[in-house]
Amino acid sequence: MNHRQFALATLGVSALLASTILMGAEPVKIAFVYVSPVGDAGWTFQHDQGRKQMEADMKGAVTTKFIENVPEGADAERIIRQLAQDGNRIIFTTSFGYMNQTAKVAVAFPNATFFHATGYKTGANLGIYNARFYEGRYLNGVIAGKMTKTNLAGYVAAFPIPEVMQGINAFTRGMRSVNPKAEVRVIWVNSWFDPGKEREAAMTLISQGADMITHHTDSTAVVQAAEEKHKEKGTWSFSYHSDMTKYGPTSQLSGTTHIWGDFYTKIVKEVLDKKWTGTNLWGGLKDGMIKLAPMNPAVPADVKSYVQKLQADAATGKFHPFAGPVVDQEGKERVPKGKNMTDAEMGAMNYYVKGVASTLPKS
Amino acid sequence: MGLSFISSILFATVVAGTPLIIVALGELVTEKAGVLNLGAEGIMSVGAVAAFAVAHHTGSPYLGILAGMGAGMLMALLFGLSALTLMANQVASGLALSIFGVGLSAFIGKPYESVALASVDPIRIPLLHKIPLFGPSLFEQQGLVYFSWVLIAAVAWFLYRSKAGLILRAVGESPVSAHAIGYGVVSIRYQAVLFGGAMAGIGGAFLSVFYTPMWVEGMVAGRGWIALSLVVFATWRPGRVMIGAYLFGGCMITQMFVQGSGARISIPAQFLSSLPYMATVVVLVLISRNRSTIRLNSPASLGQPFLPDA
Repeated sequence: MNHRQFALATLGVSALLASTILMGAEPVKIAFVYVSPVGDAGWTFQHDQGRKQMEADMKGAVTTKFIENVPEGADAERIIRQLAQDGNRIIFTTSFGYMNQTAKVAVAFPNATFFHATGYKTGANLGIYNARFYEGRYLNGVIAGKMTKTNLAGYVAAFPIPEVMQGINAFTRGMRSVNPKAEVRVIWVNSWFDPGKEREAAMTLISQGADMITHHTDSTAVVQAAEEKHKEKGTWSFSYHSDMTKYGPTSQLSGTTHIWGDFYTKIVKEVLDKKWTGTNLWGGLKDGMIKLAPMNPAVPADVKSYVQKLQADAATGKFHPFAGPVVDQEGKERVPKGKNMTDAEMGAMNYYVKGVASTLPKS
Repeated sequence: MGLSFISSILFATVVAGTPLIIVALGELVTEKAGVLNLGAEGIMSVGAVAAFAVAHHTGSPYLGILAGMGAGMLMALLFGLSALTLMANQVASGLALSIFGVGLSAFIGKPYESVALASVDPIRIPLLHKIPLFGPSLFEQQGLVYFSWVLIAAVAWFLYRSKAGLILRAVGESPVSAHAIGYGVVSIRYQAVLFGGAMAGIGGAFLSVFYTPMWVEGMVAGRGWIALSLVVFATWRPGRVMIGAYLFGGCMITQMFVQGSGARISIPAQFLSSLPYMATVVVLVLISRNRSTIRLNSPASLGQPFLPDA
């Protein structure tokens, strides 16, 4: 390539660039980074539902794309950087392990706005968001406490991080708030996604007498296992992430689902209208980020209305799943009577509350 | 600890060990012919999705098994073309097949992710399934569980008692000699590879149609790799493959029962989860610690390509 050709090429490229910038009506590009395949249920599926809703709400003003199955770590940085370079104005990264990478790329691309789910690092163009999943867990626990015959619930869990601990403890507290004899047993499968293992854990808990089963893992295997044992053992289940009624048509009582769409629409509008000033949102029932999965017709009317009342109280702040006294498994008081647990305390939760009949893995 | 407690551990152990036995035996035969096929994970994935699709469309789980088997053989054929005909590096071809298979299965499986299959009723052997303790785990199981036991006996008989097995082993030990006395090394290796593919496909079918009746991307979750290592740790002996598979399944299930029992013992769950891997390796290393038996059993030409005219 000689000098003249090079000059011409440069001219051509800059003209092209200029024309894209000048065409103001062009829809804004928004990108999502997912940690797992979208699939049909689960964490990433819910984010993708949110993405679709937002794109429909903002019809014509935005185009969205997503990259799925992005490993946390160095690969993620490359992909986030690529997305920013490709002209995506808003980028959502939807897994905890993208935190440092997102923060790093955000500094390099001040003209784009980044949102990271479940992390804690914010910046001038980096917002964070998360949901109070534990609120839904408490309400699921209430239903379980009212409906259990064996006074035993089983919980299939992935890793003992605070978010999972909050869920277990909120479920246990909800269950025991209406049934003080109830106990919760936990099996850690040490994997977010292994349907075979999740199923075996559920089957184990069922064979040990648990008639209420729930999970903090990513597949539908636990709900399916409960459905299989429903006739023989009277097992009921609560789904997590998504509504899994399709997999447990008779045996899923309810569940805790994540609803991101409203938030995505709101936040994208703010950014496009240049009204955005930063996001650090931990939203719950009140914000519509958490919803209960439809309640099974088997849930008695009085239980249903009690749960609905609690739901309304949670929205006004009258009810808090970790309102004191919060007593841990060893009998130590963690939150005194009359106080609610603070967000910081919840974010560092590393113990079982009273009523969990398992031992927490020490690390 | 009640009787029903032990009985359910046994039951779950047999179920968890079954896909490992089937896949590992297929790989064992392949390796005995001197071919190292590391593609088990990918073949299982494709077998699982094919079996699920066919079982869903026809309503017959058994046609699903056939489909899984067929898909597994197709995948193995691909490996054969690359590693046997074109004589590409076997390790590289196998790894590529694994990665390809996992991806391909995700691609084919997209429309099936929202589909749930009805669970298949086990086959009860009359009277025997009522034996306390062992009855349900041995005689009230899915058809493929019985198949896995027949397979162990069949593979052991084939390798050590039949002429065809002797030839296959000869091909694995010294392809040059086998070729010199007139055996078609490549065609025998092809048959062994296809058998391995068929078994890996059936193992995948067991997962998606019988074990957890659903299809999701990544559901094989490393079982193909575990089966591969079982073959090595079992020093290429069919009986030991069974011991290893049940040991692995048993440890996995037992640690869950311990966790779920509500007993207040403070063992880290991470440790418990790694127990199946450790226990299997330790036990199999112990039973095969004699170096000469390893050398005796491991196929001498494993992983080496064979050029007939050389």
